[in-house]
Amino acid sequence: MSRNLIIGAALTVLFIALAVVSFVWTPADIETLDIPNRLQTPSATNWLGTDHFGRDILSMIMMGARTSIAVALLAVGIGMALGIPLGLLAAARHGSFLDELIMRGNDLVFAFPSLVIAILITAVFGASAVNAIIAIGIFNIPVFARLTRGAALPLWERDFILAARVCGKSATHISIEHILPNITNLMIVQGTIQFSLGILAEAALSYIGLGAQPPTASWGRMLADAQTLVSIAPHVALVPGFAILLMVLGLNLMGDGLRDWLDPRIRVART
Amino acid sequence: MIRYVLGRLTSLIISLIVASIVIFAVIEVIPGDPAAFMLGINARPDTIAALRAEMGLDQSVVARYFDWVTGLLRGDFGQSWTYKTPVAELIADRIWVSLPLAIYALALSTIIAFPAGIYAASRRGGAGDVTIMGATQLGVAIPNFWFAMILVLIFAINLRWFSAGGFPGWDNPLQAIKALTLPAIALALPQAAILARVMRSSLLDMLGEDFIRTARAKGLSARQALWKHAVRNALIPVLTIIGLQFSFLLAGGIIIEQVFFLPGLGRLIFQSISARDLIVVESVVMLLVFTVIMVNFLVDLAYAAVDPRLRTKS
Repeated sequence: MSRNLIIGAALTVLFIALAVVSFVWTPADIETLDIPNRLQTPSATNWLGTDHFGRDILSMIMMGARTSIAVALLAVGIGMALGIPLGLLAAARHGSFLDELIMRGNDLVFAFPSLVIAILITAVFGASAVNAIIAIGIFNIPVFARLTRGAALPLWERDFILAARVCGKSATHISIEHILPNITNLMIVQGTIQFSLGILAEAALSYIGLGAQPPTASWGRMLADAQTLVSIAPHVALVPGFAILLMVLGLNLMGDGLRDWLDPRIRVART
Repeated sequence: MIRYVLGRLTSLIISLIVASIVIFAVIEVIPGDPAAFMLGINARPDTIAALRAEMGLDQSVVARYFDWVTGLLRGDFGQSWTYKTPVAELIADRIWVSLPLAIYALALSTIIAFPAGIYAASRRGGAGDVTIMGATQLGVAIPNFWFAMILVLIFAINLRWFSAGGFPGWDNPLQAIKALTLPAIALALPQAAILARVMRSSLLDMLGEDFIRTARAKGLSARQALWKHAVRNALIPVLTIIGLQFSFLLAGGIIIEQVFFLPGLGRLIFQSISARDLIVVESVVMLLVFTVIMVNFLVDLAYAAVDPRLRTKS
């Protein structure tokens, strides 16, 4: 395993652990306000200080990790659940009208500025975590569809697929039993990358007030709240930003590391 | 070549038509009456009726769609309900902030990324390469609006080199450019990180090609082979990314404008969203989507100019 993979996985596991632990325990209760104790710098009682309502920032980060991970993960789920079947279908019916239709549809979604459409969706249907998931998820669909089709097409030319066809297996059967297991690694790597992009997108949407709504904690909104305080209490703005940076960095490093680790050709070349 | 351009042109037109239908439909499916939605719960029935008439809600969906699209084609973006002015005027005022910001950021991103990517590729595996690639990992992971806040903290609040926000207008071009500098850097650096990575990997692919070996064999130095042959060919994938980045910068500008209180299209969208002025939202979103699709089309054409294979292929 490469250093990238280890560092990336460690950062990712750390944030997932913070999110999971927040369900049973946080250093302080973030729903009670403690105004006299506001904007404290990091100390023994509040490891990362307190915000403008006197809430413990570490606890907010833990609760925010939950929101970020949930939104990004579900958005990747939408992308995979719809994109992979579309890609498999396009590859199985390669060259058909259906294939053309799916690919043109992909190009179209790619051509849209995703953030603008996400803003439009959340503006019209209301700002909420669910709408943020849908808005981010839609743009994950073509990513997975295109990648699946691209990886599946060369597989269809292989002898073991021909053997399966001779045995009388249907295209659906072959896609699920033979194509899908062979592209799983690729999907895991891309899933990691889309996960990290989802974290950034969720942060941006909640920063502009179109993501998860109060009292749900979110890193983006913590930054929005901290913006006017940046001159008097910089740590309030620095901490959530570093949380986003480290989580995204961790996922990206893990994605790169996984790509090298899961690809047998690169692994052989190394040893 | 002609077939290629015609093909691109067809998909451009289809993209624009589908985009307009999607945007129109999203606004259309708002639960209940759009006029009531825009005016809020305390609106008097006669006000709602007046707005309904003005928005043409008494007509059929299809008629309204064609009214809107033909209006857009004539440059008539409708009338803003909250500002009481034509949307085209609102856009015209603000585009002179958003567009220069996106172009400024794109220029910065390219100026930073090209040398960084070329240097990293030419020193593959060396200390310079590792440093640049490490920096790009950070650049890709940094949320640009947070980076913007850090820039404000350092360069506006502590060093006082720039103002923390606002826009003085173009009467004094130097001041205007100065006001756009921090926002442009905030937008550009994360994009430069992506572009530098693409430039590096594209160049590395080229350096492994036979024509580089041929160039070296006929006596060119590594440096000459790099600049004369590899860089030019490596530009093809880089061009696509630059095209995609322009759309990202234009859309990303929406958020950065919030950080710096710049009176651009982003602020117009948000003010219109909170005022529920859907006519403005619809038209500004369509304009942004139009620009993005148009830029991608131009990139495809530039492709054909750079890559002779595309000119001859169907």
